[in-house]
Formats: sequence, structure tokens, C-alpha cells
Amino acid sequence: METEKTYFFSDVSVMIGRSMRHIFRSMDTIFTVCITPIAMMLLFVYVFGGAIETGTDNYVNYLLPGILLMAIATGVAYVAYRLFMDKQRGIIERFRSMPIERSALLWGHVLTSVVSNVMTIIIIILVALMMGFRSSAGILSWLAVAGILVLFTLALTWIAAIAGLSAKTMEGASAFSYPLIFLPFISSAFVPTDTMPAAVRAFAENQPVTSIVEAIRALLSNQPAGNDIWVALAWCLGIMIVAYLFAVRAYKRNAA
Amino acid sequence: MGKAIEVKGLRMSFKDREVLKGVDLEVKRGEIFALLGSNGAGKTTIVNILTTLQRQDGGIATVNGFDVASKPQHVRHAISLTGQFAAVDEILTGRENVILIAKLRHLDHPSQIADDLLNRFGLMDAADRKPSTYSGGMRRRLDIALSLVGKPRIIFLDEPTTGLDPEARIEVWKIVKELADGGTTVFLTTQYLEEAEQLADRMAILHEGRIIASGTLAELKQLFPKTQVEYVEKQPTLEEIFLAIIGKKEAI
Repeated sequence: METEKTYFFSDVSVMIGRSMRHIFRSMDTIFTVCITPIAMMLLFVYVFGGAIETGTDNYVNYLLPGILLMAIATGVAYVAYRLFMDKQRGIIERFRSMPIERSALLWGHVLTSVVSNVMTIIIIILVALMMGFRSSAGILSWLAVAGILVLFTLALTWIAAIAGLSAKTMEGASAFSYPLIFLPFISSAFVPTDTMPAAVRAFAENQPVTSIVEAIRALLSNQPAGNDIWVALAWCLGIMIVAYLFAVRAYKRNAA
Repeated sequence: MGKAIEVKGLRMSFKDREVLKGVDLEVKRGEIFALLGSNGAGKTTIVNILTTLQRQDGGIATVNGFDVASKPQHVRHAISLTGQFAAVDEILTGRENVILIAKLRHLDHPSQIADDLLNRFGLMDAADRKPSTYSGGMRRRLDIALSLVGKPRIIFLDEPTTGLDPEARIEVWKIVKELADGGTTVFLTTQYLEEAEQLADRMAILHEGRIIASGTLAELKQLFPKTQVEYVEKQPTLEEIFLAIIGKKEAI
């Protein structure tokens, strides 16, 4: 084995600095990501919401967790885009032929994705507040919600990294995110699962979005989250670890 | 004079296509070595193996005395790669590009390094603009400047002038000559024979997965039958005319 000194943290922080510049020089990407989830929220609250029976008197409260997950699924597509561009322009080859920590570029993109998704989430929560979202949750519950959302972002971002690194075309790099964006529809994010046909219901109740949505909803309304929070954490961590391993493999294999 | 690069019996296949069938070559320290070959001959594959991007199927390659397969990190400290496409960050400015690489090479005073290199490559006026506003030649110069950050001992240039106009190509030639004068070893691939003739101390021709000829230009010329003297009226080439008109002829 080589006993080379590596500079993991300094390399990663340089890479974060680079991708943060990319984001702040194209702030429109943040707003574009917000548009679809906010439109969905308006549509469901003011158009469909009146006809949906959720057993709560505040449908915005019911809806918000699913909308946030949808926003994250939209936002991570930019990671696939940015990695694909790095690959196309030969930037990955340049970095890989330099004595820098191998995964630094990936971590830079991934952590930057967390920052930009946090900005998106804050904007959407502000809009939700204007639409009547209220929460009685205390600071600890909010921290738990933040933790789950960050983990969910990390998990999806690593999936996006695989897509960006292995795609042959720009369209291919972003196509992976469509199923992720629609996953909340077949879950308890918009409507309770009770009325769904058995097969759909079985899928809805056992896919990650439902447990994550239920956990966040419980935390925000000061209810005991029970098992959902552990199931949600297990999903996020599991997806994150598997996707991370595949992403690093795709990165190492990456040569034109 | 030690050897900068030594390659013996290098083999590489992609699926069932054998691209390299036992390549041998040597590059001495401080020389400009040109690898010639037509498109798809496997030049880039050799560069990828020597720059640790790809692992060979068989044979041995050492760069700066280190085996590329078992000591890639040591090799990476000694080299830099300028690939076929100018690998510059489009969103960062020219200066930020250089600073980025300097930081990743863990050098002190990155902005000083950026000033020096941008000055040397005549990019000072464009330093605070994004490369998307640069001409092809300027992008290539920035690209090569990025490769020089940290003064690597061996520089790989994979088809450095493909797609450049004649003026920009001569600029690149000038840079390469200056590099070699400063003691840097240059390994370049090209499909332009004239480029090898202009630049290289030694060259090798890669054909169908093997090196079929190598040596200095004089040595390669001896492979041909003795020269016969004929008198031919010398017509200027279009390139010479072009360069004369735009007044860049002295740069050759």
C-alpha cells in the first residue's frame, strides 16, 4: 500500500468552494427547483385539497412533508447535471490524474447539493407559512426533521451522482430523477393510503417516502413518531451507503 | 540522463478488440517525445495508462521511476495531463481556475502562482473573465497553464493542437519548446506529422497496436532509400501564405 499523505478535508473543502461558486453564479437553479413543488402545493391546497379527506383540518400541514421530499428529488438532478458536465469537459480526467483525494470531487458536489437543497427547503417552508402552515413542534423536533431531510438529500444525491457519472447523454443524466419526483404520489404524502387498491396500498405503505413523510408529519405536529422515524432513518442510511459505493465505483471507472 | 518513461510489452483490450498489442517505448528526461498515429491507433489509451486513468491488461509502465499500476499516487505527483479537450471550468474565471488547481496541489500562495502563470501565457487581461468568452487558442493556453501549476516534471499533451487554428497552433508549439528548454519532459501525441517534425527530439509511430518505428527524425529519415536530388520550384504552402499575411511568420 502507498503511504502517501492525503488531504481529504482540505481537498473536499476546495471542491465545495468550487461547486458553491457554480450555484451562487446560477441562482436561477435554486428558484427553478422551487417552482414545481410550490405549484404542486398551490394546486393541491387550493384545487384538490377541499375534496381530500385526510382527517386533519389543515391540509397544508398534511401536505408539506411530501412537497419537501419532491423538492429534494428535483434539486438533486443538478448534481447529475454538474457531474456529467465535469465528465464531458475532461475535468474529471484532470482531477483523477492529480494527486488529490479520489472522492473529493464527489463529496464537493454532494455537500454542495445539501446546501442548495436546504435553501430550497427554506423557501418552500416560507411559502407554506404564508399558505397557513403552522407547527407546534419544539426545537428538538425541528432538528430531527432537519436531520431526516439532510439524510434524504444525501441518499438521493448519491443516486444522482451515479446517474451523472454513468450517463452517456445529458438527457440520460437527468432522466433518473423523474421516478423519484413521482414517488411521493404513490405514498401517504398527498392522501391517506386507506382508499388505495390493495396492491398499490401495499407498495405505498412499504416504500421509503411514506415512512419518511409520516415521521416528519408526526414530528411537526408534536405527535409521537414511533417506528416511522427508525424506518425512515434506515431507508435513508441504507440508500445512501449503497448509492455511495456505486458512485465511487463509477467515478474510478470513469475514463473516456 | 535517466528515463522519464519506460514502457514494456504494454497490452490493452476493450471487449474483444485488442488496441495495444505489446507496446515498447522509452522517453528520456527533458526531451520532447511525440507519439504519432492515425485516429483510433490507441494513442490516447497509452496516455490514459501512463497518467493512471486506466489500468493496462498486461506489460509494465513506469513513469518517473514509479510503476503506474502499483504506485499511481507517486506517479500523479510527477505528472500532469492536458487532455484532448480543454479541461477548464467554465463557471470559474481564468484566475480562479489556476487558483483551484494550485489549492488542490496544496501549494502555498495560490494567487501569486495564478498571476505568474497568467502573465506568462498572456492571459492577464482575460484573467477575470470566464473561459466561455475566450478564443480556442486562449482556452488551450489556460488549459496548459493549469497543467503547469506545481511544476510537474513530466507533461502529457494529448493532441494539444487538434481543432486549433494555425496561429494558435504555433503558440502552443512555442510553449512546448519553452517547457522542454526549462527541463520538463514532454510526451505528446499528434496526428500531424509536421507537429512532430517541428517539436520532437524523438518520436515513435504507433500502428495497429505496435510501435513500428521510433527514433530521431534523422534516424527515421534513414529508413528511407538514399535521397535523390531533384530540382522543384518551391511554392509557398497555403499555411505560409496565411501566416505571412497576418504577420505571424516570425513566430515559427
